[in-house]
Amino acid sequence: MMKNETILEIVGKIADRISEEKLFLTELDNAIADGDHGINMSRGFEAVKEKLSGADIAVPADLFKLVGMTLVSTVGGAAGPLYGTAFMNMAKALKDRTELSLEDFLKALEGAVEGVKMRGKSTTGEKTMLDAMVPSLEAMKAAFAEGKDTKAVLEAGVNAAREGVEYTKTIAATKGRASYIGERSIGHQDPGATSYTMMLEEVKKAVV
Amino acid sequence: MVAFVVVSHSAKLADGVIDLAKMSAPEVPMFPAGGLEDGSYGTSFEKISRAIEQASGSDGVIVLTDLGSAVMTTEMVLESLDLSNVRMAEGPIVEAAVTGTVLSASGAALDEIMEELEHL
Repeated sequence: MMKNETILEIVGKIADRISEEKLFLTELDNAIADGDHGINMSRGFEAVKEKLSGADIAVPADLFKLVGMTLVSTVGGAAGPLYGTAFMNMAKALKDRTELSLEDFLKALEGAVEGVKMRGKSTTGEKTMLDAMVPSLEAMKAAFAEGKDTKAVLEAGVNAAREGVEYTKTIAATKGRASYIGERSIGHQDPGATSYTMMLEEVKKAVV
Repeated sequence: MVAFVVVSHSAKLADGVIDLAKMSAPEVPMFPAGGLEDGSYGTSFEKISRAIEQASGSDGVIVLTDLGSAVMTTEMVLESLDLSNVRMAEGPIVEAAVTGTVLSASGAALDEIMEELEHL
């Protein structure tokens, strides 16, 4: 499914997408929290792009680890430790695999979900990125188990993530900064769930 | 003496908490880790790492944090540094800084201070 070059390309695309959506993500965050998600994420991914350009990367795990560590160091908000842990856990799950199969990718994402749950002491239904991450992973695993091809699996994932974002509009935040406004967060979509969905969309676009 | 690190999204806030605590416990080592390297708001893995490293070597370190990512980033720093006598205290940052440093100045040990801070 993916070699180092493809993953590098996708990370670049994700960085560009996050930069393009910086204002949108910030507006979403402004409505319910401190309005730094877009700025922070774009600062983080700009740094990722810079780090990756000269890095010596042997296997995909090295790449994910570098992305994770860079995000932790440069994002500055909650998304730093959360996405940072997610990428670092993906690296751990992949060990020394030289190429990613669809199955490897799903296993890595499982590690990412576990990492975000652990780091944020959070679960689904709390209006966080997990509301996109968990249902999209479940949908992809189900599609994979049915023997669907990469394109169909990623499509199922993106659709479930988008539905997850819609779902976050219907619930009150009980984790993160948005939980301070509780019920008043209903009607707004979660910025973290949104940025995760954007990333998965970029994976789908690049692979399919 | 137990040392303190104050982690905040704001450099001014971290410095201010330390200024306030210094009024009653000037002899206690306190290190700020506020804001990002460029001075903007946020929490910095590197700043927190440096502050904790500076603080360690004494009779233990207590890290006080403000919001969300301050807690999570500090947790990641502690996992990466693997120091045994560093603890994170929950609770209100100003009260914890003043109470904790006064106790430290009076000779209380790491565990004793941590227990007091839990009751704040």
